[in-house]
Amino acid sequence: MKNIVVVGNGMVGHKFNEKLLAKLPDGLANLGVCLTVIGEEPRPAYDRVHLSDFFNGATAQDLELAPPGWHAQQGIRLLTGECVTEIDRAARTVRTHTGRALPYDFLILATGSAAFIPPVPGMEHPGVFAYRTIEDLEAMTAHAKPGQRAAVIGGGLLGLEAAKAVLDLGLQASVVEFAPRLMPRQLDQAGANLLKAKLESLGIQILLGKNTRCVEAGPGGLTLQFTDEQALEVDMVVVSAGIRPRDELARQAGLATGGRGGIVVNDHLQTSDPQVWAIGECALHQQMIYGLVAPGYDMADAVAAQVAAALLGQPPSDRVFTGFDMSTKLKLVGVDVASFGDPFCEQTPHDVLLWEDRRRGVYKRLNLTPDGKYLLGGILVGEAESYNLLLQMVKNRMALPPHPEDLVVPPRAGAGPEAGAGVAGLPDGALVCSCEGVSKGDICQAIDKESLTDIPGIKKCTKAGTGCGGCVPMLNDLLTLSLKKQGKAVKRVLCEHFNYTRQELYDLVRINGESTFRQVINRYGTGCGCEVCKPAVASILASVHNELVAKQSVIQDTNDRFLANIQKGGTYSVVPRVPGGEITAQQLIVIGQVAQQFDLYCKITGGQRIDLFGARVEQLPLIWEQLIAAGFESGHAYGKALRTVKSCVGSTWCRYGVQDSVGFAIEVENRYKGLRAPHKLKSAVSGCVRECAEAQSKDFGIIATDKGWNLYVGGNGGAKPQHAHLLAADLDKATCLRYIDRFLMYYIKTAGPLVRTATWLNNLEGGMDHLREVVVNDSLGLAAQFEQEMQQIVDTYHCEWREVVEAPHLRAEFRSFINTPETDPTVAFVPERGQKRPQAW
Amino acid sequence: MAMNEKSTFDGLKAPQAQLTWVKAAPVSAFAENGSGCVLHEGEQIAVFNFTDTGRWFACQNLCPHKQQMGLWRGLLGDQGGEPKVACPFHKRTFSLETGRNLQGEDLCVKTYPVKVENGMVYVGIETSEGQ
Repeated sequence: MKNIVVVGNGMVGHKFNEKLLAKLPDGLANLGVCLTVIGEEPRPAYDRVHLSDFFNGATAQDLELAPPGWHAQQGIRLLTGECVTEIDRAARTVRTHTGRALPYDFLILATGSAAFIPPVPGMEHPGVFAYRTIEDLEAMTAHAKPGQRAAVIGGGLLGLEAAKAVLDLGLQASVVEFAPRLMPRQLDQAGANLLKAKLESLGIQILLGKNTRCVEAGPGGLTLQFTDEQALEVDMVVVSAGIRPRDELARQAGLATGGRGGIVVNDHLQTSDPQVWAIGECALHQQMIYGLVAPGYDMADAVAAQVAAALLGQPPSDRVFTGFDMSTKLKLVGVDVASFGDPFCEQTPHDVLLWEDRRRGVYKRLNLTPDGKYLLGGILVGEAESYNLLLQMVKNRMALPPHPEDLVVPPRAGAGPEAGAGVAGLPDGALVCSCEGVSKGDICQAIDKESLTDIPGIKKCTKAGTGCGGCVPMLNDLLTLSLKKQGKAVKRVLCEHFNYTRQELYDLVRINGESTFRQVINRYGTGCGCEVCKPAVASILASVHNELVAKQSVIQDTNDRFLANIQKGGTYSVVPRVPGGEITAQQLIVIGQVAQQFDLYCKITGGQRIDLFGARVEQLPLIWEQLIAAGFESGHAYGKALRTVKSCVGSTWCRYGVQDSVGFAIEVENRYKGLRAPHKLKSAVSGCVRECAEAQSKDFGIIATDKGWNLYVGGNGGAKPQHAHLLAADLDKATCLRYIDRFLMYYIKTAGPLVRTATWLNNLEGGMDHLREVVVNDSLGLAAQFEQEMQQIVDTYHCEWREVVEAPHLRAEFRSFINTPETDPTVAFVPERGQKRPQAW
Repeated sequence: MAMNEKSTFDGLKAPQAQLTWVKAAPVSAFAENGSGCVLHEGEQIAVFNFTDTGRWFACQNLCPHKQQMGLWRGLLGDQGGEPKVACPFHKRTFSLETGRNLQGEDLCVKTYPVKVENGMVYVGIETSEGQ
């Protein structure tokens, strides 16, 4: 029986368990190994890197690294909420605070680190928090009241993460940094200046060169007193100014520790006692504490290799840890920041390539060898999509292209290789996922061997992309590359009746001008059509000609055929348009009266409108007659069309609003109402960075800045929620609408049937870069055409329900039976909470 | 064997003899490649006008998947040349020739014969003897 004890159940401690299990294919029990993990936190290991997701709705459980029951399944004994208080190295035993004694043959210390709390008076006051654990976050959440101001002490990587969390809590943030610039370990002065400007534009106050003397508590809140005699009054203080290795246990056990903290380890990560290892943020290797997860994972792997070799009776493993690249890329409050290789080259002869675009807020610095042939490192702020490729160029000492400036200057139309082409040049040994140590060769081999076709498959098979997730774009490129090599770029034809993609058919119809389904299928297809191609062709015809869909009702899905949403029991629901969610008392009364008259169930929708359920098919024209007389229009809730443009109340009422979001939402909704698309379209406009309208979860979303509007595209909720990406920033209204015109027309023309913008964008070759080129820089030269086509659709808008209500032959279609005016006798309702609902099926 | 087959055949044939033709509606009441629903003594029958092939079909209006009255509101089409209807609720598709579910599920709808005479559409409804 061999005993392994792991002290600490953080990310690195957990990784050690995973790595060890992977190296022992027969499992622990068969080898007579007892693995005990002791964590002092009340819960099993969780993802601290994505801690701020906690404020975006992630639960503590979402952040957990292993599914419930995982430890038991693997035969691991997990003790949570238990703290190791003593190591008896002579007896090879650890003792916990409950008095429990555990013998060990291998002892792994993965005690991690604690937040560094600057030694100034007042840090004990209520309202001062560390930013480190889920408990810290829960305490912050309980204390915070929206609109309050919080000071974040620390302007480094961790401090800015904490500032993001503060914003997510609905607070105003002031970042206080001792150094004269933000992120001093990663950025140079110019990069830091640009980051500062960007964060300030998002409403974050940045105070640099500030040394906090003390924190005072008063009746109105907390006051930070600085050594320069200035002060900052806040409601809350969050400390995230660095880490302090948790080495107290090792120190007490007489293991060697560093003067400024950290358990001294050699290249085998052994402490001064060779039966005791230390990994992660508690370990001091070559005078260096590594505060990132990737080096911690590498240490975990190295120790797991040594322990596994010993357990299996193999010769000692030569797997060592020899230091780690501190390159990092992250998104700070929506701003991409990356620093890789040697970002400063203070000791190394080098030449610098600089690109600074203050207009767009982009800063790029590349350090080249003096002969200009190799890349040494660099800094990216505001745009870091080339990070992975640049990092690989440093790590693999790849020769630079003849014009290395192409690596920093944004590509122009027709110039440069397509996105993703870069990965083809990487050697197979190139480390793509540094968290999990997976190389390009491993990934491509897995794609071929296991016939993988998507990112989840790659993640499952290779674990690449499961750590920080930074390499996922590269995984995508590798996948595309491998599938292309296999000749697997399959043409997605519409269905058995059309040997064309939706895009091809769209182009044909636009050029040749067919206006009915029969013309289209006679010319380009075979057979009678089906439930896939009929609505797809109907959508194309609607986008091209913008004619009334009711004129070709038999090729529409049932919702478009009856211009209402079919519900359980076969009745329909009715949603009048309420642009921007703004509605008068009189309009509310009319909706109420109509609902009462037809006994309709009422519900407020997620899109800030009112849904009336339980209308029989023959009642629909009668209901709409009244709504239209009161000035309402169709809400197109039934169509693959623009649904709503949600808005927050904006600057007219809200004390935080910086622009009139309601006014703009109404303008946007009225512009695009009735627009047919491959799938439904949702939008929103928020009046400030707090984003109450949730614009980043929409197909296109607009967020006010103090300079204009930021336009986001490609978001959606649904089964696979996805945040929208920033397309362009600080736009005036007219430009914003022009970009939306172009974006929507490009999507409508090229997306497959029933493909939402998020999926379309995920699969768009070249991704967001390409889309930005097309929409902002007009790289295809189609912008004017897109705008003109959209204007034609806007100009020919008609309310479908008005036309139906006014046309007797169209109204006649709304009946239950063709041989009698009777209504469907099987429709039945049951009462519930003072309204009605259909019988359950 | 031969005898058995014959008697089975006769057994099936017997009720077909008792077909009542129910008047649905004039052809002009149906949209081209459209549909309608006939209510006959509480029975709901979906009738489909395949204008392009000049054929008519009918089946029960009830979708057997979730017991919803709605097949007449579904989209018409064909699969490998076999005429079909797709239920508007969850897109189950049924052959209008055999009534079988085309996704391979164990669901089936009853089909009815249809005839057109003098511009009028009729649906054939089986009645047992004595009715």
